Amino acid sequence: MNGDEACCEGALAAGCRFFAGYPITPATEIAESMSRRLPQLGGIFIQMEDEIASMAAILGASWGGVKSMTSTSGPGFSLMMENIGLGICTETPCVVCNVQRAGPSTGLPTSVGQGDVMQARWGSHGHYEIIALCPSSPQQMFDMTIRAFNFSEYYRLPVMILADEVIGHMNERVIIPREDEIEIVNRRKPSVSREDYLPYKADADGIAPMANCGDGYRIHVTGLTHDDRGYPAMNAEAQEQMVSRLVDKIRNNREKIISTNNLFLDDAEVVVVSYGISARSSMQAVRNARNEGIKAGLITLETIWPFPEELIRNVARQAKAMIMAEINGGQMVLELERCACGACPVSLVSNYGGAIIHPNLILNAISKAAKGKT
Amino acid sequence: MTTSKAVKNVPPHPMDSLLRTERIPHIWCPGCGIGTVFSAVISAIKNTGWDPNSIAVVSGIGCTGRMAGYIRLDSFHTTHGRAIPFATGLKLARPQTKIVVVSGDGDLFAIGGNHFIHAARRNMDMTVICVNNLNYGMTGGQQAPSTPLGAKTTTSVNGAPEEPFNFSYLASACGATYVARWTAMQVRSLRSSISEALEKRGFSFVEVITPCPSSFGRRNRMGSALEMLKFYQGRSVIRGDIDPKDASMDIDKEIVVGKFVDIERPTFLDHYEKFNRQQMPQWRSLHGDSQKAR
Repeated sequence: MNGDEACCEGALAAGCRFFAGYPITPATEIAESMSRRLPQLGGIFIQMEDEIASMAAILGASWGGVKSMTSTSGPGFSLMMENIGLGICTETPCVVCNVQRAGPSTGLPTSVGQGDVMQARWGSHGHYEIIALCPSSPQQMFDMTIRAFNFSEYYRLPVMILADEVIGHMNERVIIPREDEIEIVNRRKPSVSREDYLPYKADADGIAPMANCGDGYRIHVTGLTHDDRGYPAMNAEAQEQMVSRLVDKIRNNREKIISTNNLFLDDAEVVVVSYGISARSSMQAVRNARNEGIKAGLITLETIWPFPEELIRNVARQAKAMIMAEINGGQMVLELERCACGACPVSLVSNYGGAIIHPNLILNAISKAAKGKT
Repeated sequence: MTTSKAVKNVPPHPMDSLLRTERIPHIWCPGCGIGTVFSAVISAIKNTGWDPNSIAVVSGIGCTGRMAGYIRLDSFHTTHGRAIPFATGLKLARPQTKIVVVSGDGDLFAIGGNHFIHAARRNMDMTVICVNNLNYGMTGGQQAPSTPLGAKTTTSVNGAPEEPFNFSYLASACGATYVARWTAMQVRSLRSSISEALEKRGFSFVEVITPCPSSFGRRNRMGSALEMLKFYQGRSVIRGDIDPKDASMDIDKEIVVGKFVDIERPTFLDHYEKFNRQQMPQWRSLHGDSQKAR
């Protein structure tokens, strides 16, 4: 199956029973698969009037106690930003899959891009932390969609899957495990009475138990800055307290959230860092470099946000050079430079979208870096 | 919008069980019509006798949007214009919950206009109550899609150059199953219309013309809140069961009030379940077309 279909199957395996979306290339197949599959499982598929409404609807459904998701591509992702912010602020579990194409604007609707990684980070206004996963195969689309739901339910936020056109449309073998082999996480429910329940009072791990609509707790949920009761609190102290919690629940748990796939790192002198389809090009380049006797290594970012700062810092101290391969003008390379912090030279192999990066371009950069030229 | 300290030693109010009393006093200005609508909504909800845990209130942004914060039910204060799509997701996830959307004219019909027309078209089972105060109150009185042609607001100091919407006509044209309009002075009729709307299956809509003395009234020299209320009531003509397109909403001539639509139509979920259980015929034969679909 292709990556889009794998995303749908992963969502269903994770327990998703509500999908709201709007057609957009190259993510349409996720919506189409959902519209076929959800009714078979007693779930709801609805095609909304736009992506703004789709994002609003999945938040509503999540508060109704049903795991929910939407999927889109760049133009729709831009429209979703407003309600992604609402989801962050109200701590609403849900999943947003962005199958990236080349932008800006309508750009190249049917061709690959990876230009939305920074938008995913802070595309909605205000300050917050997110979790974003980057699949680099249809199998990972399946696996990471489940992981995205588990993270969203546990940490209570919209979790993003940043796929790309090639991963979405590529057909590969996908192994779907037996139901009892799939780990499923569900949101923590309050254990106290209605009188004692504070909807935004966090447990020791920074996460507040969540009462759904209809559970009898008569919750108030607002996108205004709010206190533990969920009531608007219009002052700087309340803002500091609320945003600290939104940020800390991710930052303090980043070791549990971050995952990378590391190849030949033990003795690598030139380390390529990449994600999504570009990580596949990079893997070929690194293997070719090894065949040529160059000590090359690869870090594939499975979690692109939070960024694996500690790992990059450590690797940069040992490596001769690091290279970022990505399909945009250089976005994650900024993070790489920040974390390498001058410990080794950092360079970029990229294009602006429309085609994947040929492994030879990355191989050339590896060869140059190995010779000390960047 | 005002803030003041909590009031102590106030005797209990009959609606206290449905109020978040710890959040009172509210932010609404003296003379604002939202309070009247709020109390009509609460008493209508109380009169249904429904389990309070089976009702949810969803609002957008603006003065009326704050209603959700004062009602002791599951309540959601969402983003500007997006109350209806949020409510759509909530309803489909929990069909057993009764959904009430309360918001202002700017929220529902300017920034949220597209969502309104599609929810009405789908016949999403919810009650939408629009507090129409003819301007944007929260931000200090700007031109809205309801502002009468020529009226002064902070963004139309020489008079609004646009013609306003007729919301009730729009709602009926989009397929709402229940449509009524009252002014905030006609409290009993308003309350009974809200009750009927709550009991209605499908997309029901109640519009309330309310005074905004602090902004719209002041800039247009309409006098006190009471004078505004009397003015709107004086212009209103009760004409139930007329064609909604004739239910004119023209504060310079006449404000037609009454119940304009009360029909039955299958909801989104009715159709969704039937089609997905293969209980509906193919669409060509559904519409009486005997020719075979090619």
